[in-house]
Amino acid sequence: MKKCRRCSKPATLHITEMREEEVHELHLCETCYQEYLDYSETPEGPLESDPSPEIAIELSGDQTLEELDQTACPNCGISFREFRSQGRLGCPHDYTEFENELLPLLENIHGETQHCGKLPTQAADSSRQQYELIKLRKDLHQAVAAEEYEAAAQLRDAIVTLESDLGLTEHQDLD
Amino acid sequence: MDLDSLIATSGSWLQGTGPDADIVVSSRIRLARNLARFPFVSRADEELRGEIESLLRDEVMGLPTASHFHYLDVEQLEQIDRQFLVERQLISREHAESSGSRGVAISDEEHISLMINEEDHLRIQVLQSGLSLDGCWDLIQEIDDQLEASLTFAFSERLGYLTACPTNVGTGIRVSVLLHLPALVLTKEINKAFNALQKINLAVRGLYGEGSQAMGDFYQISNQITLGKSEQQLIDGLKDVIPNIIRYERKVRDELVKKNRGELHDQISRAYGILQNAQTISSEETMQRLSSVRMGINLELIDDLGIPAVNELLIHTQPAHLQKLYNSPLEVRERNEARAKFLRRRLAERRGEQN
Repeated sequence: MKKCRRCSKPATLHITEMREEEVHELHLCETCYQEYLDYSETPEGPLESDPSPEIAIELSGDQTLEELDQTACPNCGISFREFRSQGRLGCPHDYTEFENELLPLLENIHGETQHCGKLPTQAADSSRQQYELIKLRKDLHQAVAAEEYEAAAQLRDAIVTLESDLGLTEHQDLD
Repeated sequence: MDLDSLIATSGSWLQGTGPDADIVVSSRIRLARNLARFPFVSRADEELRGEIESLLRDEVMGLPTASHFHYLDVEQLEQIDRQFLVERQLISREHAESSGSRGVAISDEEHISLMINEEDHLRIQVLQSGLSLDGCWDLIQEIDDQLEASLTFAFSERLGYLTACPTNVGTGIRVSVLLHLPALVLTKEINKAFNALQKINLAVRGLYGEGSQAMGDFYQISNQITLGKSEQQLIDGLKDVIPNIIRYERKVRDELVKKNRGELHDQISRAYGILQNAQTISSEETMQRLSSVRMGINLELIDDLGIPAVNELLIHTQPAHLQKLYNSPLEVRERNEARAKFLRRRLAERRGEQN
């Protein structure tokens, strides 16, 4: 989500400028856009690219922002702090892991928090079962890095079993 | 796909056909999808990205329509070729500039593109000429269904399709139209139109240029919200409002002609004259003059050139296109000369060829 480059309101206007064939992107709210239009006759020199926007979070309960920032997703390992600074989540499970923080944010962005569009032909359950693979593979990676070969072997077996349970192995057979 | 073979052609979405193509250059829909069993792209290491790319590449190239697809390994492309694809709207700037395993499948006619490992694992795009959102939706829905038959996308009942950025979650859909609004810009009425659009949660992006008139009067209008409404509701949101903007632009054009036909005709003819005769010209000026000429054709003040020719020139006069055409890297000054030379030649070729 982009915030206005000149104040902190949500940016609703996204402008791509070409000057001397250099491309600049600019994200502005309505008020700042008006000012921008008034001044656009006299270019103010090349604009810096967007600084990484920070996500504004409404805190709930007694948790401080510092505590919240430390929380990490057990599946992909992304911390809340990393999400806030990049504006990008790490894996599908983050929507469950950070649900309390994300729902108000989604409400702000979309005005709604219930999907009512297309449903996939496969049930959401099978989607969720597959998230487990993200965790197993991350754990395997860590086990190998730590030279814990016994744990790694177990994790590898678990991945193979889950993949075959979920019917994901047929592609490899085709090759 | 041999990119060099594309230099002489344009995508089917630039044909200038379809409803209201005098004002609506093109319609576009894209869907964001992620595989449920991998972390999102920014969190995937190179090994995983490679795995995602090869898996999705096989799926995409195995689609029933894939006999018309070409696959490009974006990571392996020269920088100039990536920019070339951006100028043709086949990949995003982000996809061109990021790093790591990624690719794109493009249809022959350039109306379908599937980006792999952009911000999301998969970004499906359909582009058509004129106001054709239903056409775009039918086609993209078919592609999505076919892919879903063998892939499990990240999805939850509550939040819908899960995306790397919370702004795309739910439907993952971006519906947009590219409008040419020279009369609204000329009379500064455009701000009223933009304000009205923002109130109903539609975003305005200047595609080829800055927010004001300097860069060709082309604007992209798209939905901002992706959650809580169905795809059809979001498409209808645009379909309801676009005819009003089209009417508004036409009305202001008529008024301009009535009020001062002579002056308008002179401005348009001068723009046309410059494009046919300049010895050096920047891309900004080219866009601006082409915009005038495009309006002139629609107002029947220019009668020996067609809209498709102008649409094509808008894309083909951009930096990467020129450098590929002349087959060498060009400095800004050299590009401006090459652009003028190309415009003189193309306009001479296409004048009198009615479309």
